Amino acid sequence: MKRRPNYLAGFGSLLWLFLVALPLYVLLAATLQSRNDYSENGPLGFPDNFTLDNYTNVFSSGFGQYFLNTLIVTVAVVAIVLLLVPPLAFAIVRSRGRMTTGVFRLFLLGLAIPAQAVIVPMFYVISQAGLYDNLIGVILPTAAFSLPMCALILTGVMRDITPDLYEAMAMDGAPTWRVFFQLVLPLSKGGISTISVFSALQAWNGFLFPLVLTQSESTKVITLGLYNFQTQYGMNIPGLLAAVVVSTLPVLLVYLFARRTLVQGLMGVGGK
Amino acid sequence: MTTITTVKTVERRRPAGRAAAKVGRPGIAWAAPAAVFFVLFAIVPLVLVALLSFATWNGLGSAQFVGMDNWTKLFDDPVLVKSLWLSVLITVLGVVVQTPLSIVLGVWAAGQQRNRAVLSAIFFIPLLLSATAVSVLWRALLDPNFGVPAQVKWLFGDGNLLGEQSSAIGVLVFVGAWQYVPFHTLIYQGAARAIPKVLYQAAEIDGAGRFRQFFHITLPQLRNTMITSGIIMVVGGLTTFDTILILTQGGPGTDTTISAYYMYQKAFKGFDFGVGSAVALVLVIVATIISLVMVRLSGYDKMRSTMEGV
Repeated sequence: MKRRPNYLAGFGSLLWLFLVALPLYVLLAATLQSRNDYSENGPLGFPDNFTLDNYTNVFSSGFGQYFLNTLIVTVAVVAIVLLLVPPLAFAIVRSRGRMTTGVFRLFLLGLAIPAQAVIVPMFYVISQAGLYDNLIGVILPTAAFSLPMCALILTGVMRDITPDLYEAMAMDGAPTWRVFFQLVLPLSKGGISTISVFSALQAWNGFLFPLVLTQSESTKVITLGLYNFQTQYGMNIPGLLAAVVVSTLPVLLVYLFARRTLVQGLMGVGGK
Repeated sequence: MTTITTVKTVERRRPAGRAAAKVGRPGIAWAAPAAVFFVLFAIVPLVLVALLSFATWNGLGSAQFVGMDNWTKLFDDPVLVKSLWLSVLITVLGVVVQTPLSIVLGVWAAGQQRNRAVLSAIFFIPLLLSATAVSVLWRALLDPNFGVPAQVKWLFGDGNLLGEQSSAIGVLVFVGAWQYVPFHTLIYQGAARAIPKVLYQAAEIDGAGRFRQFFHITLPQLRNTMITSGIIMVVGGLTTFDTILILTQGGPGTDTTISAYYMYQKAFKGFDFGVGSAVALVLVIVATIISLVMVRLSGYDKMRSTMEGV
């Protein structure tokens, strides 16, 4: 059967492409020209004198330190997620106990707990624990709040392992940990890379917890740096946008290499 | 064709062999570390927020129990009531704008052509940016003096979009959609790919056109996806924060002060952590009720296999 091309949806997607691409063009173009040229050409104009000054300025105003802090937070969050979520998802998918169903419900509800709702007590708990203005104090809540989504993604992947494979291993009398390491982990590699990329993204882009739980220059993460930059140099649009680009570069690099992983995994979230 | 699928489904649901039923099944211990960690850093603070809403605390020293004080103060506060309405308004507008867009784009992107893959790769970029970066970018783009409105005057008039309530809300909803439609598109794209091709083949034999196929097969089959995506949109909408802090600071006046931002102001700017907690608790209750209702409606928590219902 021959399919007519779907003009309506095609047109809609082109329109959306325009809405996404135009701001990204302005973003890049603005950062490559001086402040004066930008005012003259306007945001939609084409830069005529290219310069990288905006970028060197960003780094001379402390973004190196912010970069490093964000990297530490990100790596730690991913490590915690990778340690906790695979066994959790395995239990949710394979255990027949009522308790595990309860745990799954807990995490499904957890999807609905907004980080905003708990920042006041989080501030209380973290200050009492002496972790205020300490990167560890940012890492722990950030990791906790990426658990529900990661659990949802990984259970979706693990559910697709066919029961026959489990039965075959059970016939051999394999203990649970062997089933986990030799069957479940290798077959859910895709899902595991997705949750790593996803939680890394969450940690890198996190704003609220650092905003409330840190204050000094030495613990500042990159989103917070961006926010301060905005309040201080809001008028210097090319400089500000260069900071936006810098804050995003690592994420774009990861996307370049891990696009398939991330996309495939997130697609599974809505899977039936 | 149908008989074959039925047989397959039956086989898939057959319980594992009696002897094998217990072997290799993980106990609760496997879920415990994650559950404990989550309870410690998400559920305990949630309980504390409830307790703090009956106390007064200025951020230093220890909290004092004050009974219903915060709550009576709160419900006499016109700004809070207004902020609740604004939260609901922005959330509903967000869902109404994002859902149809995401479904259409998602179903379209589920096709296999090469150009779709390339376009999808570009569509996805806004999702990678932090809400902070997105807000800073749009604030620069919409700057009345140096931004796009100054250059395209015939479209934007005086161009101070953030200076008036209705256009400021419009901007917030638009920026929200700009950032999150790609994510929901992706969810719908995955779900649309999972719809069995047989259904479409049968419909085509029956002579159903593209629109009827879309409304009678695609949409009903995406039901569970709409629930998941809807929950995420509602919770995201109710807690819009970064965008407000950077784009409008709740202004003009308190015209875009939604509850999540009001809570931040009360607690971390006014150092009235008790009242802040009360606002937070209201937010949690609303978000939880909505999600519970949606999860119940869909029976999502009871599903064991992704193939169930096919």
